[in-house]
Amino acid sequence: MAVATIEAVRQSDAVQLVLSGEWTLATMPQPISGFELRLRDLAISKPGWDLRPISRLDSAGAILLWRAWGRQWPASLAVSSGHRALLERVEGISPDLQPEPSAEPLAWITVPGRLALSAGNHLAGIVAMIGQLVLDVAYLSVHPRDIPWREFSANLYKSGAQALPVTALIGFLIGIVLSYLSSLQLRTFGADVFIVNLLGISIVRELGPVLVAILVAGRSGSAMTAQIGVMRVTEEIDALATMGVSRSQRLVLPKVLALAVAMPLLVVWCSAAGIIGGMVSANLQMGLSYGFFIDTLPRVVPVANVWIGLSKGVVFGVLIALIACHFGLRVKPNTESLSARTTTSVVTSITVVILVDAVFAVFTRNLGLP
Amino acid sequence: MVEIRGLCTQFDDVVIHRDIDLDIEVGQMLGLVGGSGSGKTTLLREIVGLLAPSKGTVRLFGEAVLDPDPERRRRLRRRFGMLFQQGALFSALSVHDNIAFPLRELHSLDEAMITDLVLLKLGMVELEARHARLMPAELSGGMIKRVALARALSLEPELLVLDEPTAGLDPDRSENFVKLLRMLQKELGFTVVMVTHDPETLAGLATRLAVLADQRIVACGTAAEVAAVDHPFIRNFFSAGRAAALRQGTG
Repeated sequence: MAVATIEAVRQSDAVQLVLSGEWTLATMPQPISGFELRLRDLAISKPGWDLRPISRLDSAGAILLWRAWGRQWPASLAVSSGHRALLERVEGISPDLQPEPSAEPLAWITVPGRLALSAGNHLAGIVAMIGQLVLDVAYLSVHPRDIPWREFSANLYKSGAQALPVTALIGFLIGIVLSYLSSLQLRTFGADVFIVNLLGISIVRELGPVLVAILVAGRSGSAMTAQIGVMRVTEEIDALATMGVSRSQRLVLPKVLALAVAMPLLVVWCSAAGIIGGMVSANLQMGLSYGFFIDTLPRVVPVANVWIGLSKGVVFGVLIALIACHFGLRVKPNTESLSARTTTSVVTSITVVILVDAVFAVFTRNLGLP
Repeated sequence: MVEIRGLCTQFDDVVIHRDIDLDIEVGQMLGLVGGSGSGKTTLLREIVGLLAPSKGTVRLFGEAVLDPDPERRRRLRRRFGMLFQQGALFSALSVHDNIAFPLRELHSLDEAMITDLVLLKLGMVELEARHARLMPAELSGGMIKRVALARALSLEPELLVLDEPTAGLDPDRSENFVKLLRMLQKELGFTVVMVTHDPETLAGLATRLAVLADQRIVACGTAAEVAAVDHPFIRNFFSAGRAAALRQGTG
């Protein structure tokens, strides 16, 4: 490929620049900005331009020349008609985009304002969804044939049964760590046996439900948002609507119910794994026998704690599913929105779970503590 | 320009292509036709190197598409542009950034130059500068095709590969798009390979046809030459009054 070349020819008093070779992106000397500067320097003395020997000129070459000429036709120019057409096209481009919308002067008030409005908007959306679900449940109790059993069981399997290994593992490990660290502290007081109280209350009442909620929000919540989001992108939700199938009945309700059922079961499972982990660690670390641990546990952990843990499971499950579905239905048909909504969904559900957990702590402060 | 030799494709037990030879010369506009599932799009994907054939070679500009040397492969990929059926615009980027993307990947152009080039390409596909700031989600089907074409043309390719260029456009828009492609081809002189179902597009654009049936190319040539070949698919394809339109277009 012939490179772009410039040759200066002196004729009497005027300078004629003769350009030849291929003036294309691939063949112009690199870096192109340096080449452009050279052209500009040459253009200052207002020479004549002869472009006829150029064998190929592409739009990059044409733009380069046009810019070197200061965006106007030079006084003396010889060029083939095809290349002139290309240069005319370059001449025709509007010089610049409109200026970018500048930063708002009132951003310090509009940004938080918008955030608050969007939070209110989402809250209203979730409340509306809850209302719709209540209506759906009422409808389905009258028309039991329409109950989406298959979707329900599929969701139960996906977000419940398939989460068993990971929740057990996490629960067991947290139990071990908690038991190990606490035993170090308790031993300094000679209060070794209180490890049972400590582990029992904290895992059954707090850690079990919150750990499971965070795991499920990350695991199933994100999957639900992404699934509904993709169904929106591919217009599957609209297809459902045209077949007269309610999206809240077929998509949202089974997910909410499945998590409402699966979460308390997972909480029990995870708490049990945690307590077993703690028991193993206490046995290894402090020589506390398994028999003693199991014997003491029901006496020092009132059964109310189990009920609190279970009800937290139900509430967290419903919240996670609701938030996941809500954000899934708000996905706009592009990939960026899908990823943004999935992130928001997971972050929101984890935040809400922790907030609601605090509310639980306040309202159950007189329950289940010996 | 494009040279396919002894190409075979097989997915598990299903044979898609058997011993295909095909040449495309500089400046030709080749329309690849065939029934559904005859492997047209697969062949197209093999031409641009998205898919490795089970056997045989594809050479573009005299070089192997699947050259093991990454630098050579990248240089080769800058010499052709592909227009995907759905546009395949990057939905996270604005129209401007979509068209600027291949230019920025060169790492040799400054922003002002890129902006000028983008505006020039937008003008070529008959869009306005104000469209540059839109996101792909805000575009209509016809505009998506145009932006995708502008992106495919941004590196001034010698070869343009079109997958169903007018699918999903109404007849009016698809006629305009074909006109636009023809005008640009005349101006920029690129070679075209395309897959299409639409006889109008074929008549408007293709100077040659290649018919894919029974896992091989059963006919290749101008519309008149292809129509003379006796094959059930071709007979069927040229019935229903399409023959006249095609002969007129490619004759």
